[in-house]
Formats: sequence, structure tokens, C-alpha cells
Amino acid sequence: MTPGPGGDDLFGGAGGDPAGERPAAGRAADRAWTVSEAVGAVRTGVRRALGQVWITGELGEVKVHRSGHWYFTLRDADAQIRCVMWKANASRHRRAPAAGTEVYLLARPDVWTDRGELQFTAVKVLPTAGVGARQLELLRTREALTRDGLLDPGRRRPLPPDPAVIAIVSSVDGAALRDMAAVARRRWPAVRLLVVGATVQGDAAERTLLQALALVNRLPVDLCILGRGGGAREDLAVFDREAVCRAVAAVRVPVISAVGHETDRCLVDLVADLSASTPTAAMEQALPDVAERRHRIGALGERLAGGLRRRTALVTERLFRADDRLRHAIERRLARPRDQVAGLGARLDALSPLRVLERGYSVARGPDGRVLRRLADLGPGTRFRLRVADGEVKATSEGPA
Amino acid sequence: MTDAAPLHAVLRRLEEIVRALEAEDTDLDRALALFEEGVAVLREARARVQDAELRVQHVLEDAEGELRITDLDV
Repeated sequence: MTPGPGGDDLFGGAGGDPAGERPAAGRAADRAWTVSEAVGAVRTGVRRALGQVWITGELGEVKVHRSGHWYFTLRDADAQIRCVMWKANASRHRRAPAAGTEVYLLARPDVWTDRGELQFTAVKVLPTAGVGARQLELLRTREALTRDGLLDPGRRRPLPPDPAVIAIVSSVDGAALRDMAAVARRRWPAVRLLVVGATVQGDAAERTLLQALALVNRLPVDLCILGRGGGAREDLAVFDREAVCRAVAAVRVPVISAVGHETDRCLVDLVADLSASTPTAAMEQALPDVAERRHRIGALGERLAGGLRRRTALVTERLFRADDRLRHAIERRLARPRDQVAGLGARLDALSPLRVLERGYSVARGPDGRVLRRLADLGPGTRFRLRVADGEVKATSEGPA
Repeated sequence: MTDAAPLHAVLRRLEEIVRALEAEDTDLDRALALFEEGVAVLREARARVQDAELRVQHVLEDAEGELRITDLDV
């Protein structure tokens, strides 16, 4: 710690930063600390020194404030400390323990800057008499897991819809494995089960479980089921162990736990992505039902065929409709010329020489085909042809009539 | 669809195809192409749900850390 530039000898060292940190923003290095800064620095130090811990001691009188907060002292033979439990936590306890009770207190230290007092903010208080070492350990583990977010429900991963390979951590020859295999055979026999053996009882239980869970992370699996071999409540203690819970959380695929009793769940059940009451139930949850899938595939197949039929029917209908419209368009386009042709035809018809012949006229033509119009063309003895409406006759002129 | 695609992905594709085919604005060429793909996907899906023999295997780690996988009769 060195005085800041321009530091006064009187306050030698006052410009230094305790623990190398800046307790309050904006404090110049060349002047004395304010009280707020100094207490603030202590507060930071205290908070860093100790997080939330279990403390055992004797309770002084608990003052229950009108606001619902509890104020009390915790002490042992050589020390004591003021404590507060805010209403939110206090209301979770049935009632305040009496003064003189030996308790376990879950609390974290804090400094109240307005009074410059050190005190503990308590979260939970348990009379020592009612708490076995195992329960305390359970509470401690639960606390640690909560702090690290491992019990956060938002952490839970969804199960894969169609797992192809499932790792099963259980005893290899227990009933649990047989039950799970039976369910798999019925629901989804195409699945592959990779069994990683673990002892779930006795001293070796924790070590073998940790090894098994680590091994699961080396396998190409989609899902992991942690199965219980069956046993008394004591035998399941290993599933409350912190290391086992952390190992379950570290499995890189979703984990279904099937170790706890329905009434009394293990901590592993809370860390797992899903907890099932039995190994059978776990496998039921893990696998889709092949009959249901077959039914769905069948229905999709029918819709596929139906979809095409409908689609082609639609196109055929459109083709017919287009064909009709085309015909009509062509009809319309042809109608006018046809009328014109008919009109011209009538006019041509009226002009036709044949029409004149029809009316009773006839035409005389010489042998060379020339029309004989004058008397001079028809001197006596002239041979000619006479064209009438329905044919021609040969004739000879007898001279002017 | 490759062999690696999980069934739910295969079924999702099939569902998409069927929906597109059922939509009236799909033109015929596209509808025929969809149908062709749909038939292939359907075949794939059916293959996945055919009868199969359950495989249960035991995984052991030997002293060298190597994995040994053996069939287990359950």
C-alpha cells in the first residue's frame, strides 16, 4: 500500500486501496476516506470473506417485529453476533425457536453501513436436536447445488423425441434392468441400450456411480437413465451426495433419474432433467410408442396419395376449362369472317350467269365459244350451241325471224 | 434424407410435403416432385418402424481405459 500522489504525511497510507480495490467510485486518491467509503470497503471485504454458511450456536431471544422480520443473537462460549431473518424467510418457519435453543443457522455476513454494524442475514434456522448429521449434510448439499443453479428448473433439458441409443446406469443383474428392457421391447425395439454397471449400495456406490456417469459421456448416446437397483432408503443415500448430483448435471445428454421413492425424493431427482418414480416409468417416458408412430406414418401416407390425386384432379379440371374457353375464343374469332363469306357468297350468287339462265334466258355461242349477240352473228345456216339453265343443245339458225 | 436423420425429422419432412401437396397453389411440376420425394421419405419412415430385435449391451472399461461392449442377455 502506497500513498497516492500528493498524499499527506498525516494520513500516511490513507490513500492506498485496502485489498487493492476501490470501495467507492470517484474517490480521489489524495484525500482522506469518508466514513461511507471506509465502511463500504469493510462491507465489501466482509461479503467476500464468507458466503452463505451453516453456523451452529445458541440462540438469544428472538424478537419478532411487527413487520414479520426476526431479530436475534447467535452465540457460543466466546463470541456472539447479531442476526436478522427477513419476513420472506421467517414466514417459512412454523415459529421462532425459544431463547437458549441450540440451532443450526444458514446465514451470510453483512455490514449495515448506516449503523456500522456487522450482522448475519439468516435464511434458515433448525434446532440442533431435531437434525441428524445426515439431514444437515443434505441441507448443505442442497444449498450448494441451489447456489450453483443446478436445481433451477430452467436448466432441465427436453428429452430427445426418438432416442436411438440410451445409456442405462444401474446394476447389471437387477430387476430394474429387466423391467426397462421389457418396456423397450414393447415400445421401441429398434433402440439400443448400453448398460453401464454401477453398484448402488455400500461403500463403493459413490465411486462406481461417478465412474459410470463419466463413462456415459464417452458413449454415443442420446439419453441416460439412472436406474435404481431397489433397496431400502439407506441404500439410496448415495443419490443425495453432492459429487453424484454434480456428475449427473455434467452428463452431456438429458438424464432421467429413476432412483427416488415417490414419497421421498433424492437430490439427484432434482438435478436430473426428468425424474421418474420407477425404472419402468423412466423407459416409458424415454421411448415413443412404435404403434402410435406406425399409425401416424400410415395416415401421412394416405394424405400423400390423396394430396396428389386431388392435385391432379384439379389440373385436369382446369385443362378442361381452358379447352372450353379456347373453343369459344376460336368460335368468336371465326364468326365474323364466316358471316362475311356468307354475304359475299349471296352477292356472287345473285350475279351468277346461272341465276340469269334460271330466270329463262339462254346464251348462244359459236363453235369457237364466242357469245353470239347480234343478228349478224347468226346468219342462216350458222351452227351454234344454246346454253340453257340445265344444259346445252346444238342448233342451226334459219335466218332472222 | 440420410440414415442418420432421426425419425421425428423424417416425419416432420413428410408432414411438410403432404401440406404443400394439399395446398392448392402448388403447381403440378412441383406437386409431382413433392410426391416423388414424399414416397421416398415415407419408405424411409416405414423402414424405421419395422419390427426389430432389441439390443442390450454391456459397456465395460478395461484397465487401459479402453471400452469393451458385449451383448447382454436380459
